[in-house]
Amino acid sequence: MAETPHTEVHAHAEHDHDHKPHGWRRWVFATNHKDIGTMYLIFSCIMFFTGGTFAMLIRAELFKPGLQIVDPGVFNSLTTMHGLVMIFGAIMPAWVGLANWMIPIQIGAPDMALPRLNNLSFWILPFAFALLLSSWLVPGSAPAGGWTMYPPLTLQFGASFPMLIFSIHLMGISSILGAINVVVTIMNLRAPGMTLLRMPLFVWTWLITAFLLVAVMPVLAGAVTMMLTDHFFGTSFFNAAGGGDPVMFQHIFWFFGHPEVYIMILPGFGVISEIIPAFSRKPLFGYEAMVYATASIAFLSFIVWAHHMFTVGLPTSALLFFMFATMLIAVPTGVKVFNWTATMWRGSLTFEPPMLFALAFLFLFTIGGFSGLMLAMVPADFQYQDTYFVVAHFHYVLVSGSAFAIMAGVYYWLPKWVGRMYDMRLGKWHFWLSAIFFNVLFFPQHFLGLAGMPRRIPDYAVQFADWNMVSSIGGFAFGLSQLLFPYLIWKCVRSGKPVEGTKAWEGARGLEWELPSPAPYHSWTTPPTEAMIARGAAH
Amino acid sequence: MHRARLGIRPGTWLSIAALLAAAAAASPAWADDPSAASGWGLLNLPVGVTSISRDVYSIHMMAFWICVIIGILVFGVMIWSIIFHRRSRGAVADVTLVHNTKVEIVWTTIPVLILIGMAIPAAHGIVLIGDDANSQLDIKVTGFQWGWQYTYPGKGVSFVSKLDEKSMAASELDSGISPYSVPHYLRNVDHPLVVPVGTKIRLLIGAVDVIHSWWVPDFGIKKDAIPGYINESWFEVDADKPGVYRGQCAELCGRGHAYMPIVVDAVSKADFQAWLKREAAAEKAAAAANASSS
Repeated sequence: MAETPHTEVHAHAEHDHDHKPHGWRRWVFATNHKDIGTMYLIFSCIMFFTGGTFAMLIRAELFKPGLQIVDPGVFNSLTTMHGLVMIFGAIMPAWVGLANWMIPIQIGAPDMALPRLNNLSFWILPFAFALLLSSWLVPGSAPAGGWTMYPPLTLQFGASFPMLIFSIHLMGISSILGAINVVVTIMNLRAPGMTLLRMPLFVWTWLITAFLLVAVMPVLAGAVTMMLTDHFFGTSFFNAAGGGDPVMFQHIFWFFGHPEVYIMILPGFGVISEIIPAFSRKPLFGYEAMVYATASIAFLSFIVWAHHMFTVGLPTSALLFFMFATMLIAVPTGVKVFNWTATMWRGSLTFEPPMLFALAFLFLFTIGGFSGLMLAMVPADFQYQDTYFVVAHFHYVLVSGSAFAIMAGVYYWLPKWVGRMYDMRLGKWHFWLSAIFFNVLFFPQHFLGLAGMPRRIPDYAVQFADWNMVSSIGGFAFGLSQLLFPYLIWKCVRSGKPVEGTKAWEGARGLEWELPSPAPYHSWTTPPTEAMIARGAAH
Repeated sequence: MHRARLGIRPGTWLSIAALLAAAAAASPAWADDPSAASGWGLLNLPVGVTSISRDVYSIHMMAFWICVIIGILVFGVMIWSIIFHRRSRGAVADVTLVHNTKVEIVWTTIPVLILIGMAIPAAHGIVLIGDDANSQLDIKVTGFQWGWQYTYPGKGVSFVSKLDEKSMAASELDSGISPYSVPHYLRNVDHPLVVPVGTKIRLLIGAVDVIHSWWVPDFGIKKDAIPGYINESWFEVDADKPGVYRGQCAELCGRGHAYMPIVVDAVSKADFQAWLKREAAAEKAAAAANASSS
């Protein structure tokens, strides 16, 4: 990374001695939050393209009716591995990477509180995914029971089964350690004057996310461990013939699984809450309401899990409770959307790539919210459940929600990380191709689901052929468009135009924009001044 | 009844109305010949042929229209800002606009009221679908890898229903047989479930190996078939709507998941009694033949 001249205004910049280890030791023994953040982001990018390759194969098989490319068993492995790799390998590590890079800088801390733990939590991941991905090579191939791993189906798989369980254990340990580090850092290392209600929204949403992670990852570990003992040690937790209950797995899994979806989206809410004010040149509207709405969503996420399992035969009282609780989530989520809209209202908007991705998030995530509200209606859910309508819904909230928010964050902070500006034109191309083909890919899946196409099938009745072909074309174009993203980053790091001064964006606020660009290897070794904190927290 | 909510007629939103009209026109969908129905028009849920499916459809459309209206308002404000509050048009940011408790209360309360309005018909629907009392015919449905077994308790009829052979042959990897040449490709079985119309039928749904899910969109019901459980569900096909209704397994159940369709032949009560007699006799004869040959 190139060094830019230090700016006089920032006294702390003098401390930027850059005692970084060189060569492989810098990365293997990394304890610097920026290095670890970078590794997380690169790892996430590799997993994004790995999971994306599986998705391309899925869409290729579904391009027309009949089986042309893969056997149905392999198809099931592809959908399973696509889900696991994207959730645990792409989205979650990307958020931890952004947290590593930005949280210490945004709260005026010199680093994460537990640097060696930080190193461990990252380096577990490559092993976890090496284990998971190598299951393609064992007899019987990769797990094929869906990323939700429902027994008894998942118990039918051979050599890949323990590999799946242990890789989940490793991912869980990594997430828990990362989350502990985030909580400890935010609670203990805030600069003097950085009170909780002055923290940037990204820090707030990550704090709440970290609590969710610590609460639910052990639950997932418990569920898969019970399945492991069912398989190898003769227990019958989920085996009906032995007095167990297959539905109990679903209850435990979704008690983890629903908070998990908020783990993937809440930091995105944070990023969007940074970007929209910056490019509207106006402080975030309703800062405190945003904080409370985030906390409410996190609380509600613990009492809605059974809405993923309305068709398992729940009693009427349970159906009513979980429907009402689920519908309630629309309230704080609505508050967030309204506040973002009010932030843009009477602003002075410009449309650089971070803002474009934030706007795509705002529109498309809201569409995902609408289909979510429809899915909450139990009688209608009996038709939607396990169809492509659900597939469309969760890709609107996870791709145009989480993934677009991650990209928006990278476009926003990349100039601060590397001290260079990227090719704005290329970024806009990436945006327009992504936004258009995302909709070509996923919007028709609403139609397919309503017309009766179940999810997770490699072949379908001919009346579904037309929209599947459209969806596949959108899929290939969306997938190829994503190659622009690493190319743009590589080009920026190699030859981007150096950023002058501390701010890459005129309207940007927060402590990260008080640091020189690129942010020095050791930042905030002297805490930020009260004036800097006040400038950043003007809301 | 809440079905009256469908009376919303947003005449101005022509494009959306047109989309919906296309969807409504295509709704009866695959009850008949799928090769005749182009896939492009399949955009919406079928209205279906049972009281449950019509109730579900009306709840679905109510939720859809509420989302459309909220979407128009919210997206309208966003688009207004994007067009008129952009710096290139000389917009200057009003930095005093940072907080307003009244507004926060308003946009918290209004959604709560809308949600209550949506929850009431949905709760009615849950109660309707859950009420399987006073059924006139019970049928036991058992999912297995990969097919369905249908048993008519006390009637001496029990048979297995699997994907038909033509679909099976065409569905092989690189079979060389066009799916378009197979009638009802992947939606046809060797032995359909036969039910009488105008009769409240209770299904007792279970499974022997892994979880499956019994789903016929035109009936508006989907229920998981779970080992160790007997789930109940019910439907009553309208007396004037005999016909063949098709669906398929909706819960991932292994490599044959896409290949376990459900076909229900809804016939008149008289035809059903005749079929039941024929079927029972045929099964008895087959069992006798089996016993003597072994």
